[in-house]
Amino acid sequence: MSDTAERVQKIVVEHLGVEADKVTQDASFIDDLGADSLDIVELVMAFEEEFGVEIPDDAAEKISTVGDATKYIEEHKG
Amino acid sequence: MTGLMEGKRGLIMGLANDKSLAWGIAKACAAQGAQLAFTYQGEALEKRVRPLAEQLGSEIVFPCDVSDMDNLDAAFETLKSHWDSLDFVVHAIGFSDKSELRGKYVDTSLDNFLMTMNISAYSLVAVAKRAAAMMPDGGSILTLTYYGAEKVIPHYNVMGVAKAALETSVQYLANDLGPDNIRVNAISAGPIKTLAASGIGDFRYILKWNELNSPLRRNVTIDDVGGSGLYFLSDLSSGVTGEVHHVDAGYHVVGMKQEDAPDIALG
Repeated sequence: MSDTAERVQKIVVEHLGVEADKVTQDASFIDDLGADSLDIVELVMAFEEEFGVEIPDDAAEKISTVGDATKYIEEHKG
Repeated sequence: MTGLMEGKRGLIMGLANDKSLAWGIAKACAAQGAQLAFTYQGEALEKRVRPLAEQLGSEIVFPCDVSDMDNLDAAFETLKSHWDSLDFVVHAIGFSDKSELRGKYVDTSLDNFLMTMNISAYSLVAVAKRAAAMMPDGGSILTLTYYGAEKVIPHYNVMGVAKAALETSVQYLANDLGPDNIRVNAISAGPIKTLAASGIGDFRYILKWNELNSPLRRNVTIDDVGGSGLYFLSDLSSGVTGEVHHVDAGYHVVGMKQEDAPDIALG
């Protein structure tokens, strides 16, 4: 797992209070990890803070799995 | 300076998470000995508010929908079942359709205009009336506003108009409730990245602009707001009512871009 993927996983585990082994790259925040719409907004804010990236609304709307988030961050972090 | 709020009971309405301005205020009051109760709206917020209330030693957490007067009455009945009187209220409530917090104000729909005014401005009036009935020895009511009420801030739109109504309500409520020694004030906080702010278009640009152009050359934190909130809710501000107090690193006094501020582009 890449460094970014590991840090994303850690944030998701802490924020959603789920087991780390459930936070796979394929896991859907809402369907598999029990996130609600506010969790998504909070996670996006946490990713922005951790990685210093900006995730605009239209990009955030397309992030549905842990892998989507990891990919977006890896492509956009400075 | 400890124990400034010893023996005081306060209701915190509109806390969302640990980024909320209401959280900064609640923490500051609890640290000075205040006992707190919290309201939330809906399950999604309940699961966020409960653990935060617990952190501050509060077990009084109950639902309240400020757009429904029967529900609001019921919420205050619930509060009365715990406490016979109340010393302060933090009203940190606002709502608008996110799709109208971008683009032009001229496109505001009637439905969203009325809903935004109802939840973001009238709710203070409705809360003040019910809270005042529980403040036989006086009290302090504090709400949160933003500079977009005074001047045009891009995308703030109908929320700015609602905040203007809120700020004027602070003045009228201060006058109505003053004879009962109930003070009503507002904090106009600079932009802070909260859950609520995430609904505002180009919010990052607003944050950056304030950081570069405010006299203190920084953005404010929820702890800055907490400290000022503590002043309004404690007896330190016993002679102050009807005030809209800027906790914005001084931004409201600035008339143009700072010479040392670089040009910034929309992200």
